[in-house]
Amino acid sequence: MQSQRKTHVSTTVNGEPREFLCEPHQVLSDVLRNTLNLTGTKEGCNTGDCGACSVLLDGTLVCSCLVLAAEVEGKGVVTVEGIGEEGKLHPIQQKLLEHAGLQCGICTPGIVIASRALLEKNPDPSETEVRYWLAGNLCRCTGYDKIIRAVLDAGAVMRGQ
Amino acid sequence: MNMNVKTEFKYVGTRPIRPDGPDKVTGRARYGADLNVQGMIYGHIVRSPHAHAKIKSIDFSAACKLPGVLATMSADDLPEPGDRKIPGGEVEMALKTFSPVVMARKKVLYHGQAVAAVAATSPELAAEAARLVKVEYEVLPHIMDMHAAARADAPLLHDDVYTQGVDPAPTTPSNIPTQIEISTGDISKGFAEADLVVERTYFVPMCHQGYIEPHACVVQTDENGKVDIWCSTQGAFMVRTLTAAVTGIDIGRFKVTASEIGGGFGGKTTVYLEPVAVVLSLKSGRPVKMVMSRDDVFRATGPAAAAETRVKIGVTRDGRITAIETDILMDCGAYTSHPIMAGVLFNSACYRCENVRSFGREVLTNKPRVYAYRAPGIPQPVVAVECVVNEIAERLNMDPIDFRLLNAVDEGDVMAIGIPFQAIGLKQVLQEAKAHPHYTAELKAGQGRGVAVAFWINAGMQSSATINVSEDGSVNILTGNPDIGGSRASMALMAAEVLGIPVETIRPSVVDTDSVGFCDVTGGSRTTLATGGAVIKAAETLVKELRKRAAAIWSLDIEEVDWTGGMAVAKSGTGLENMNREDAATRGDKTLTLADLAARAGATGGPLCAVASHNAHNAAPSFALNICDAQVDRETGKVDILRYTCVQDAGKAIHPAYVEGQMQGGAVQGIGWALNEEYIFNEQGRLDNPGFLDYRIPVASDLPMIDTVIVEVPNPLHPYGVRGVGEVPIAPPMPAVVTAVNRAAGTRLCHLPLSPPKLLAAIEAAEAGTA
Amino acid sequence: MQSVRYEAPTSLDQAARTLLGSENAKILAGGTDLLVQMRLGLKQPGLLVDIKNIPEIMQLTLGDDALRVGAAVTGALVGEHAEARRLFPGFVEALGLIGSSQIQGRCSAGGNLCNASPAADSVPALIANRALCNIIGPAGARSVAVESFNTGPGKNCLAAGELLVSIDLPLPAHRSSDAYLRFIPRTEMDIAVAGAAVALSLDEAGICTAARVAIGAVAPTALLVTAAADALIGSALDEASLHAAAAAASAACSPITDKRGTADYRRKVVGVLVRRAAAIAKSRIEAQA
Repeated sequence: MQSQRKTHVSTTVNGEPREFLCEPHQVLSDVLRNTLNLTGTKEGCNTGDCGACSVLLDGTLVCSCLVLAAEVEGKGVVTVEGIGEEGKLHPIQQKLLEHAGLQCGICTPGIVIASRALLEKNPDPSETEVRYWLAGNLCRCTGYDKIIRAVLDAGAVMRGQ
Repeated sequence: MNMNVKTEFKYVGTRPIRPDGPDKVTGRARYGADLNVQGMIYGHIVRSPHAHAKIKSIDFSAACKLPGVLATMSADDLPEPGDRKIPGGEVEMALKTFSPVVMARKKVLYHGQAVAAVAATSPELAAEAARLVKVEYEVLPHIMDMHAAARADAPLLHDDVYTQGVDPAPTTPSNIPTQIEISTGDISKGFAEADLVVERTYFVPMCHQGYIEPHACVVQTDENGKVDIWCSTQGAFMVRTLTAAVTGIDIGRFKVTASEIGGGFGGKTTVYLEPVAVVLSLKSGRPVKMVMSRDDVFRATGPAAAAETRVKIGVTRDGRITAIETDILMDCGAYTSHPIMAGVLFNSACYRCENVRSFGREVLTNKPRVYAYRAPGIPQPVVAVECVVNEIAERLNMDPIDFRLLNAVDEGDVMAIGIPFQAIGLKQVLQEAKAHPHYTAELKAGQGRGVAVAFWINAGMQSSATINVSEDGSVNILTGNPDIGGSRASMALMAAEVLGIPVETIRPSVVDTDSVGFCDVTGGSRTTLATGGAVIKAAETLVKELRKRAAAIWSLDIEEVDWTGGMAVAKSGTGLENMNREDAATRGDKTLTLADLAARAGATGGPLCAVASHNAHNAAPSFALNICDAQVDRETGKVDILRYTCVQDAGKAIHPAYVEGQMQGGAVQGIGWALNEEYIFNEQGRLDNPGFLDYRIPVASDLPMIDTVIVEVPNPLHPYGVRGVGEVPIAPPMPAVVTAVNRAAGTRLCHLPLSPPKLLAAIEAAEAGTA
Repeated sequence: MQSVRYEAPTSLDQAARTLLGSENAKILAGGTDLLVQMRLGLKQPGLLVDIKNIPEIMQLTLGDDALRVGAAVTGALVGEHAEARRLFPGFVEALGLIGSSQIQGRCSAGGNLCNASPAADSVPALIANRALCNIIGPAGARSVAVESFNTGPGKNCLAAGELLVSIDLPLPAHRSSDAYLRFIPRTEMDIAVAGAAVALSLDEAGICTAARVAIGAVAPTALLVTAAADALIGSALDEASLHAAAAAASAACSPITDKRGTADYRRKVVGVLVRRAAAIAKSRIEAQA
């Protein structure tokens, strides 16, 4: 296989302008992790089935393993590293800690990102809505119970309750 | 040996935020694939496309022509395993059941088995090079069905497997590596005394642990032959032992660092990639990174055994069990890791019964070698035993919990293997379940309820811990057990309890094999008990040292100094107030805090630290009970889990939130195994569902909240009463779900998983009266 | 993955030229099928043509006659379109069933159609709603009825250089609605074992005046089952006619047995789904003001 000329991409990651070179076939999760060293985005399947690589692309929740890195030219990417305010955890992160909503933690970055996307669209979701929204974020440790409670509680905090 | 078990706690039993939590919610925590080092290259494994074949030749020449391919390897680069044993302390394991799982030698025995490997300067190049490795096979007939493989005339997977456990020892090889039988009393007499005998056969499929993080490692070697391994594992010391054995390199050359681990459930208590990466690194002189694809994880790691269990239970009219007979056939894949043992020994350990016969055989098939998955070997036969117990209670018109209370083991009862129970919590678990509102909640038409209990033995084994005190009195705890479910939090709580200092001032770390004493794997529900026990011991040693230092400062005898509330306190009557002592003058009290003593450590004998190690022989069994309500769509066979409750004896819940987490997580894994999870092999013996799309683990919307009730009957052998909690939760869900579903559907389906096509067929058969 | 080039044209003309100029080009919409197929080694295109920067491909507009859904408009965007939800609740549900929330941010009706999986969720709903596919290519523009678009598993009617631009869903008549149901073993994240879409029109007396029934995952392509529709038309959608439609759907299918279900099971369940979907569509019409 011969080496192709790499693609130059200018984008915004977690609010900061970033530029990188990538192979045309490289997916965003690969570039985030191995080029930009943002390893908070995890890879559990690389087929869009586990949700560990969830990021926001121009505000839309996507699996970064199913986005070509070249596609993010001119767009904005938010990863788990960009979720909290400077030096402060996001309410979703804080509530996951308080509710013990993580064990091994490999799915946690994806859960954090997906939950933020949900609560921005729907600040007061029902338990069922949270469960269906997070159906694409596999967790094998917790049985989901404490994750769901954490997200519902984070919603309440964000609504000022 | 009824040692003094502590029952009043200040920190233990509280729910602080886990110390590793902030790193995990922010993405800072580093897992197996998160390490990149300078000069790193990438390994890729060539895997067998056949389920059974001879390897005739391996030709690397085309792969090596690609610029950037820096190393290749095959089993020729590893020592022949022969009959060598892997040193494993009390349990020795045959190297020939590990080495070929890392890299096949002469023969492949399952689709996806590693045959060769290459390393190149990019992952894509390595994958391309792997495609160019030419392996010539002579395809052999594959055997996927365990009944077929167990027959005397079956084609053999190995020509050197002779059934163990048969007397006299067989002289011809077979596909049955192990046969085991235990019995007590007189089984015929037991059945003769019974008024009702129920006999059923249940099948449980092969399933996978389904951890979300694929196996990954980075190996660096140096000019002096030092080997550094970074990997996702349940045991850094285990990786050292097994990698040394498989590669033939001395243990002393290894340093293994466990990354954060993204789930294991037993599946990461062995090695797959590490020995390969070591060889590739030694041959290339470069650091080598290897990461499994999800497909590799499903095809080529160690799922849980499939099993068929025939169970026959006899009872008297008034509900007393007179005989229990079980016969288990367990499909252990291409090599045995002896998954049958616990299944035979403990499948009916919840019940007091004088006449027990338990028999089991392992069978080799052309599937991946099965390995540990949470209470290995137990969930499969327990489905059969518990479903039959439910059926008996129903036929006797008895409440299923009352039936179990009547027959439950208690302190003083002797297990079928001859070991007496110390204090156990089975009756308390049953009583809590009976009192739970879920148990008496009304069911609607088309809904069903199932209950089931289970036992797990729990392990002790070897652990070490080190405690270091910083100059400001803050405390570091070092252990060697990868933290899979919150163990750093429980280590910190136990240390806080002994030292009497706030848990937030304690920083627990999981460190590499050079930095702490030996620790067996995080597995067997042993970490809180055994490694926690080492932490308690080290903390007690430290307290003694602190009392000694304070006594020296105060010119007292150590016996005149207590340690209480995080400080040294002179006992009354020691005349301390009359001493010329600066602290007494300035502080007006007779205490020295940990911070005070830390500040003066240099002047009182040097740094404050303590080490402890032990081989914990104080494990004690756990019991768990689940209540499941299910509803069945009679036209599609679709199951909804409506309500779910777990009750479990934790001994002492050190961090209750993470005990609940183990209960909930285990329950949901069991629900998945009962309903949808199974390995599906095609005609060619290839796994047909090696991804999360078609290997269907439960998703968030499949489930209700999972209620938990923690029962605490302290383990009399552990200073804090700990039993271990991680494994038993996966044993009761399958029978609880199967019973609930069959009740809801009016069926008696005994073949798991209860997938919709099977359940619909069973419903139709029941309606037609042909069931 | 083999080396591949990536182009992101910004107009249909540019896209057409790019496609014509390259053999082994693949159109990249959401990529939720294509990138997985590439990773599994099932497809090895030499050029990926990302069409998401082309305005016509990304339009979602309600016209006088039809709802026009650009070929790469995501499921998430369609789901947020209130008029789309009101007019075609079954189609919006079907599209919304594809994959997870994450996949919804990328997948599209056009991609679902072009990928030509027999189990595609949105395709039966498009068929039930008489959708038209707007195609451009070297020979100009053409429109194809959606039920003729797919020609087999993984195959569609697009000729070399052709591109699906948008899909038109004709606006439903007064007192009409639709529904889509699929069967999966879990609640989410599975591929349909069977799927059924029903679009109905009722007169003021509640008699069915028009019906379209389409089924998925039970034949090489999604099927329009006129016999099932005929069983509904003229009836009051009583139990007997619903069961007749179900039987017609079961009779029309030619399912396979695979890891997701047996042929026998699929045949039974698709009938159940047709019956239930028809009942839902009916109740939706009855709930209209």
